Parts: sequence; structure tokens; C-alpha cells
Amino acid sequence: MILASRRVLAIVLRHLYILRGSWPRVLEMAYWPTVNMLLWGFTSQFFAGHSDWVSRAAGVLIGAVILWDVMFRGNLGVSLSFLEEMWSRNLGNLAVSPLRPHEFVAAMLVMSLIRTVVGVLPAALLAIPLYHYSIFSLGLPLIAFWVNLMISGWVIGLGVSALVLRYGLGAESLAWVLVFAVAPVAGIYYPVAVLPSWLQPLAWALPPAYVFEGMRSLMFGHGLRLDLLLGAASLNLLYLLVTLAVFLRTWHVARVRGLLLGVGE
Amino acid sequence: MKSPPPPAIEVRHLSKRFGPVVAVDGVDFAVAAGSTTALLGGNGAGKTTTISMLLGLLLPSSGSVRLLGEDMVRHRYRVLPRLNFSSPYVDLPHRLTVRENLKVYGHLYGVGGLDARIRQLADELDLGDLLERPAGRLSAGQKTRVALAKALLNRPEVLLLDEPTASLDPDTADWVRGYLTTYRDQSGATILLASHNMTEVERICDQVLIMKGGRIVDEGAPSALIERYGRANMEEVFLDIARDRRSPTDTPEPTGEEAAQ
Repeated sequence: MILASRRVLAIVLRHLYILRGSWPRVLEMAYWPTVNMLLWGFTSQFFAGHSDWVSRAAGVLIGAVILWDVMFRGNLGVSLSFLEEMWSRNLGNLAVSPLRPHEFVAAMLVMSLIRTVVGVLPAALLAIPLYHYSIFSLGLPLIAFWVNLMISGWVIGLGVSALVLRYGLGAESLAWVLVFAVAPVAGIYYPVAVLPSWLQPLAWALPPAYVFEGMRSLMFGHGLRLDLLLGAASLNLLYLLVTLAVFLRTWHVARVRGLLLGVGE
Repeated sequence: MKSPPPPAIEVRHLSKRFGPVVAVDGVDFAVAAGSTTALLGGNGAGKTTTISMLLGLLLPSSGSVRLLGEDMVRHRYRVLPRLNFSSPYVDLPHRLTVRENLKVYGHLYGVGGLDARIRQLADELDLGDLLERPAGRLSAGQKTRVALAKALLNRPEVLLLDEPTASLDPDTADWVRGYLTTYRDQSGATILLASHNMTEVERICDQVLIMKGGRIVDEGAPSALIERYGRANMEEVFLDIARDRRSPTDTPEPTGEEAAQ
């Protein structure tokens, strides 16, 4: 079998050229190991001192996983809808149709809701026979948690869409990557108090931290914390407005730079 | 005395710069309502950039564009429902069938009687067998016909076409040219097309704008240009301009074919 190093190098070079011109791809390479290390490091640290924690509230981890997926699907629902237009080179057609950018955003948010319900509902139902845990036992507050986490997902999805519009499909992996940057500091599987004190202000700047603290408060029998819900809703509203403005501004920049026709790697 | 109707497309001092690169450099032209005009030029002459600015896809660095009397920078949404375009630089969603794609765009353009309109276009553009096929599985020629169907869905008053017969075999391309002429004659629409096919330009265009280096270097009716340059056809005129061979007032140089004789 012939192995021509010149041809192997040519293909390696082909991929290195792409990496050299795409900072999101380079960032992604170092990203996953770091995020995983932080997330599971904090989780291990917490459970080392609170081994009875899970047994005190049935389903606290399953509930966290399901609610986390609401945020993850909420993000993907927006960013994938946008990426579909980029992948099929359809953005130019849409941009010269009577569709206005804010209507385009509204359609992506509706799609996100549909994708989230279709994606998360079967998992939530499956948890009932498998683990004897129903997320629906949270009652009406579940709707408030769901809405807040989905809006957090929208914020990330709109941010990713703006980055992809500005930097091209080289940034598409951010759709899967960026949401996980929130995971270690959002207190999904452990209380925010577990985080180093210097990291806690960052956690409290993120709406999901309020939601997951609120979920645990309810599950540990401390009742619904309206202050936490209000904190999440206020921050979500603020971030949604900011990201919407960023997306619309990026759309304008795309028209200045001619990015709506020339999409690609 | 009755004043002439306002032009369907009016461009004044239009420029586009990308950093140090001047893609379009102070272009002025007007396209009469109900006419077919060709935008000609070599690769990189500024045709696609100009069409993108006409559509509002790209914002000009300076100058103005008016379509159907509306400023395309300030009021493009007033006029977008009345125009349409097709370009090889864009595509339709691959996984949707042709019918699904046309339905989506029909809704975006607010086309009334959409199912009937799709049937009509399918008949006219011979798309009947393709309607249930995913757009991503069509040949290049079939995609061009589907793109044309999408461009005609809303019965546009202004139709901007970037290389409308690219990838089509000569028979289908000829048929499309005939179809566009009939559409223009029946609807009174204005058509502006960028093309590299000089036969097409001679056959269907009333006026030609020739671009080079981001500027319009000559314009006129195809027959007038051919006569002015003393050439047999538009292809020879195009080559004269593209290769800086001479100005229209010079004595014609022999073409390669003439010199060989």
C-alpha cells in the first residue's frame, strides 16, 4: 500500500488553512475539555461533602437534566433554524422578500418553542416509568421555569446566529458550544454556593442560576421563591432585548459588508 | 404634451467600496418601465454588486437607488413585494420539495390563489414532474427553472435576474428567453438581467449597460452598439470593450475570424 506523505500533507494543509482563518474552530478544540473539567469538577466537589443530597429530594438531578435540556433545545431551536438558511444558501432569497428581520426572528422563536416541546416532552414522559419521577410534579412553577430557561436559550441562539451571520459558517459550532459555557456556573447540578466566591457574582448574572436554585428550593420543600423567579425574568428580559438589538445590528452590518449573499465557510 | 413615464429603476452616483476596493464607482443609469435591460461586464466588473444594491441586499457607500419610485435604502419594504429576483449565488432549501418551497415563498410574498398560481407556473415552466421532488436533488438546469418560478410567483413588476439561463441547455435556454419576453409583454414588467450570453442579450434586451472596473463604460440598444463599434454582433462589441481594443469611433479592427480570412 502506497502512502504518499506529500498527499497526506496536502490534506492536512487543507484543514490547517481552515483552522488558521477561523478562530471559532480553534477555540472549540480547547473548549470542550475545559468545560467538562469545570462542570464535573464542581459536581464532584459538591457531592464529596453532600453525599445524602440526592436522596433528600427525589429526582433533583433528573429534573435538572430535563430543565437544562429546555435551555439547550431553546438555543438550538433558534440557531439551527438560522443555520438551515445558511446551509441551503437561502438567506439571500429571504433578505429580498418582504420578510422583515424582526419577523424572521419571531419565526425562529416560534420554531424554537416547537422544537423544545417536541424534543423535551418525550424525555420528561419517559422519566416517569423509568425513574418514577415526574417533572410535572413541580406543578405550575414548572411553566415559569420552562419559559425562563427557553428565553435564556433564545438569547444564546440569537447571539450565535448573529456571530454566524458576521463570521460565516466557521462559527456554526458555537450553536452547540456556547450554551455549555453557561453550564458550570449556572448551578444546574449543585447550588451556586459551591462555586468559588469570585465566580458567584458571574453565576448570579445568569438567569438559569436563579431557575435551578428556584427548582431546588421547591423540591427541597422550601416553597416557590418568587424573588428568584423575578431575578430570572428581569435578567432574561434585559438580555433578550440586548441580543435582539445585536442581531438586528448585525443584519445591518451584513447589508453593509455584503454578507447576505456570500455565505460559506 | 404628455410627460414620459418615470423609469422603473433609477440609479444616481451609485458607489460601493469594500475597504480599499471600489467595486462600483459612481454609476448612473435609468431603466424604462416595461423594458428589458442587460447589465454586461467581465467577472468582477461590478454587476452582481450593482444588482445587490438595487435589491437592497447591499447598502451603497454613496448614491441612490429608486425602484418603482421608492428609495431602496429608506423604503425598500414598500417595494419588495412588487419585485423579485433569481441568482446563482442563492439557492432554495434543499430538503423542501419544489412545491413546499414555492408555497413558503408564496406566503412570504402574499400571493393570492397560491395553489392555482403554482399549478400555472408548473405548467408554463414544465415543472409538473418536479413539484414533489426535493429541491436539493434537482439538476442545475432544473434548479434554474425552479428559481425562475420562485422569481415569478408574485407576478413582479420588476424582475432582477443574475445569469437567468446559466446551466441550461441551448433548447431550454432559448425557451426561457421566449418565456421572459412573453411575460414582459403581457405584464408590462421591467426586467434587468446580468448575463454573459451575448446571443441572449441581442435577442431579448432593448438596452445594454456595459460595466468595467465598477463603471458603466458604454450603453445603448444592442443594434446601436453593434453599429457604433462596427461589429457583427454583441460578442465582438463585448470583447472590444473588455480588451480595451478600441473606442467606438475608431476604425474596426478585424476579429480573429476576419483576420484569418
